[in-house]
Amino acid sequence: MDVYAAPRPRRVLPGFGLTLGYTMVYLCLLVLIPLSAVFIRSLGGGWLHFYQAVTAPRVLASLRLSFGASLAAALVNSVFGAIIAWVLVRYRFPFKRAADAMVDLPFALPTAVAGIALTALYAPSGWLGRALAAWGIKVAFTPLGIVVALTFIGLPFVVRTLQPVIEDLDREVEQAAETLGASPLQTFRRVLLPVLWPPMLTGFALAFARAVGEYGSVIFIAGNMPKFTEIAPLLIVTKLEQFDYEGAAAIAVVMMVLSFAIMLGINALQNWAVTRHGER
Amino acid sequence: MARRFLIGCALIFMALFLLIPLLAVFGEALRKGIAVYFAAITEPSALSAIRLTLTVALISVPLNLVFGVAAAWAIAKFNFRGKSTLITLIDLPFAISPVIAGLMFILLFGANGWLGGFLRAHHLRIVFAFPGIVLATTFVTFPFIARELIPVMQSQGNADEETALTLGATGWQTFWRVTLPNIRWGLLYGVLLCNARAMGEFGAVSVVSGRVRGVTATMPLHVEILYNDYNYAAAFAVASLLALLALLTLAGKSFLEWRQPELRRTGHARDRTSRGEM
Repeated sequence: MDVYAAPRPRRVLPGFGLTLGYTMVYLCLLVLIPLSAVFIRSLGGGWLHFYQAVTAPRVLASLRLSFGASLAAALVNSVFGAIIAWVLVRYRFPFKRAADAMVDLPFALPTAVAGIALTALYAPSGWLGRALAAWGIKVAFTPLGIVVALTFIGLPFVVRTLQPVIEDLDREVEQAAETLGASPLQTFRRVLLPVLWPPMLTGFALAFARAVGEYGSVIFIAGNMPKFTEIAPLLIVTKLEQFDYEGAAAIAVVMMVLSFAIMLGINALQNWAVTRHGER
Repeated sequence: MARRFLIGCALIFMALFLLIPLLAVFGEALRKGIAVYFAAITEPSALSAIRLTLTVALISVPLNLVFGVAAAWAIAKFNFRGKSTLITLIDLPFAISPVIAGLMFILLFGANGWLGGFLRAHHLRIVFAFPGIVLATTFVTFPFIARELIPVMQSQGNADEETALTLGATGWQTFWRVTLPNIRWGLLYGVLLCNARAMGEFGAVSVVSGRVRGVTATMPLHVEILYNDYNYAAAFAVASLLALLALLTLAGKSFLEWRQPELRRTGHARDRTSRGEM
């Protein structure tokens, strides 16, 4: 269903040519032409060079780390984001409005600021880092630190996707389940989860996509050791600094193609779920 | 029982991931006292970073504002083929890593880039200079205003504009006197979000800037330079200004959502449709 399609067959209003033309020119100049440069340049040294650039052990390790850490962070966000969304919609508690506004902090706070703040907290000398070190857990300068930064970045996506769905839930269905003798866990599993998991998947996908490309909040806490805590976007920067434009473009292309494929996969999974359950 | 447990879980998680990092910024900034704090935010390179950040936002936000209004007018008021493709393309910059955004402009305008030779021959600099920072910032903030305005304009329909035109108003008069007042809250909402990102962008700007202190360092880049110099108090002092901007943005956003509850709702409706197009 396309909510953007206005049912207006006749063009009464002026300005269609002007606004659409301006939109297209601006879009081409700022987005499409520069983006095509990445794809064309990645093959500038030929297929063999492209293949060698993206299969170098250091590149593969960084891609594995970027996608793995993003997956972990998006999973954490799916669980806690769902709990936060539920609590914000269903319960009343002190400072609820402030808590609701705070959810958007990762959208509003510049990533570099988030990065240095998390590093100061989780570094071995930091407030949380010291406490965790007593338990033998190292966060900053390990892959775990990257997951922490990516969790921060992705949190609003899951909460903001789930909130309106929970608002629209019919409480009577839950009450009916309870009246019929279902335990809270059964109500959750049989009544709520079937409705909530498709939007959870959407939130997961958005958080994941954002995390894969994230740079600013990660580079401070990661420590950036090659093959250990070096994320793919950072490797692009490194290649650029060595004037290896083709190599940098090749990594960028692989990142974009992989992300796109994962998004398509999640989308297909959702369509399958919707047709199977006949929901929404 | 379940209620308390869930509220507890949510609040602990939010405290750990949102509140404590935010407080840490201010705590670290003031750790060495108020005098050090003010010295850090008033020294010349900090002031020039603040000036550069404001200048960049002052160019990028209006560019995307004009684009956003034009795109929303075309998309919300008219029907044409390929509309949903166009909307997907407008959202594209959100799906692209900021580093890749910076990379694009290096590939075009860098020393080894497509236009590198031409630019050198004419003594022009785009990347590693001010124009590159503006380009990268405009790219990453490209969809913000259009995205907010499209659903707002759509929900209002065309009736008001058609009435104005029937009564003899010109196209421009209709736009300035009818459409613009109708969409003003949505416009402000988009500008607010666009501006927050424009002033805070790090990855894309970092790639195209070259990071010359006091020349091409925006505030987030200045924070990084200070931090890498182990000048933590100063880094957090400048960072605290950006954190204040974030808090102001959140307050403004909450105010606009309270003033115009549809803003929240249209945003969510958009998220629902974007799922179909993702």
